[in-house]
Amino acid sequence: MSDNLSPIRQAASDADNGVLTRQVAALVVTALNLDVAPGEIDPDQPLYGEGLGLDSIDILEIALVVSKEYGVQLRADSEENVRIFGSLRQLVDYITTHRTK
Amino acid sequence: MIAYRAGEPIRVAQFLAEVERVTPLLGPGRHVLNACGDRYQFMVGFAAALVSGKVSLLPPTHTPEVLRELIRFAPDVVCLSDDPAADFAVPVVHYPPTTPASGSSSARMPQIDSQQLAAVVFTSGSTGTPVAHRKTWGRLVACVREETRQLGLTEVPAAIVATVPPQHMYGFESSVLLALAGGELLCAERPFYPADIAATLSSVPRPRVLLSTPVHLRALLASGVTLPPLSLVVCSTAPLAQQLAADIERRFSTLLLEIYGSTETGQIAVRRPTAAAEWQLWPNVVLSSQGEETWASGGHIEQPTRLNDVLEITSSGGFLLHGRVADLVNIAGKRSSLGYLNHQLNSIPGVQDGAFFHLEDNRSSHTGVARLAACVVAPELDAVRLRAALRQRLDPVFLPRPLLFVARLPRNSTGKLPQEALRALAAAHRQPARAG
Repeated sequence: MSDNLSPIRQAASDADNGVLTRQVAALVVTALNLDVAPGEIDPDQPLYGEGLGLDSIDILEIALVVSKEYGVQLRADSEENVRIFGSLRQLVDYITTHRTK
Repeated sequence: MIAYRAGEPIRVAQFLAEVERVTPLLGPGRHVLNACGDRYQFMVGFAAALVSGKVSLLPPTHTPEVLRELIRFAPDVVCLSDDPAADFAVPVVHYPPTTPASGSSSARMPQIDSQQLAAVVFTSGSTGTPVAHRKTWGRLVACVREETRQLGLTEVPAAIVATVPPQHMYGFESSVLLALAGGELLCAERPFYPADIAATLSSVPRPRVLLSTPVHLRALLASGVTLPPLSLVVCSTAPLAQQLAADIERRFSTLLLEIYGSTETGQIAVRRPTAAAEWQLWPNVVLSSQGEETWASGGHIEQPTRLNDVLEITSSGGFLLHGRVADLVNIAGKRSSLGYLNHQLNSIPGVQDGAFFHLEDNRSSHTGVARLAACVVAPELDAVRLRAALRQRLDPVFLPRPLLFVARLPRNSTGKLPQEALRALAAAHRQPARAG
């Protein structure tokens, strides 16, 4: 991860978002030993069930990775939770808004 | 009191009123597939089936293939669901909307004949047909009464927070039945993320018990969340590493007990991993060795049952666990066998040959779950179509990762597939993918 990331929280520009998207995709692929290259993940494809084919154990794994990397604690009781894992793009949007590191 | 929802107590009278309300909805058939995700509503549905002489069916998963087998087993089955969008291949009875707490019943706690068949729990078997295990009410009750003694839950009723589903034998016994027949208090929630577990535990008063699995306990430690005081953590479904047990006890200042059991036998032994590697067998349960196999009988066990693990019986009457029988697979508490998975894979039109296998270094870092891999010869199928077909037949945890398309499987001269040859094949396939 030697990308030139800015540590300051601010409204993410499209460029920043692209960097974060690649970073999160790489984290997901590594954490879950997925059989795809990070760049091959369609950012609008569902992560859960059909699509990338993740299940609830994967979601738990991603939640832990995301909390460790970005300080985002996920909770299952909100409607948001379904949306967060709707796609890579939505996960990245959620991290962008809620990250504490 | 019998349960909590969002920290609010649910009284026995309210529970009985709800059982009375649900009972007539189940119709004239004798079998109920209880798919309620809410643990309290599952308990109401189970009790409603029980008082009307119906049998609750608990399959390991709800894939279309398993439901077809279930209908063959019980053509009159209806599905009780609390999901308004439930779409099953069997008639769905929707759990009625909850009425205000005023709905109280004058009914007494019903008495159930101990010979009555209360539940049929299924394992996946090895040939494609699920195997049914019958559970009578009396033996289920005997089992959880012993459990309360073994776990030391004999004083003040404890609030049970469980991360396992009520449909799984461990969750069924140790959350639903501990409340219904053991006098403990059921928490309706099924917390998932570490922060949810902390919130549900905090919503109820002491004494609190957390009923979980190695996957969720590992996640709890990794997350760094803080938990309110916990009297006891119970773990089952897969062996817990001694170090993980020690970390849990230290971090949360609690006691961790591990339960050994199976769908066939229910729970039969307990140990505290930080104190001893040896399991203590429950009173009246008897183990016997027959060659490589170990059989369990006596106590609440319905019939002598071959265990799926390799056990060493110790001089003190307990045992040591030496892993699973080779063919068996346990992923995050879901059980199957390579034989069953291979049967399902090879039943898909277009698959000429295929095999599942264990892959080393396939463990995810935080939950510690390792997936299976599969090699397949299916020139006319692509990964998307094959995965979709597998999804119809298998629980998602068993979907292969990676799924490798090959020209032929590395069978040896006797037609057998050495696991080593499969792993070498997987390694060869992985190199280019990792480089790109």
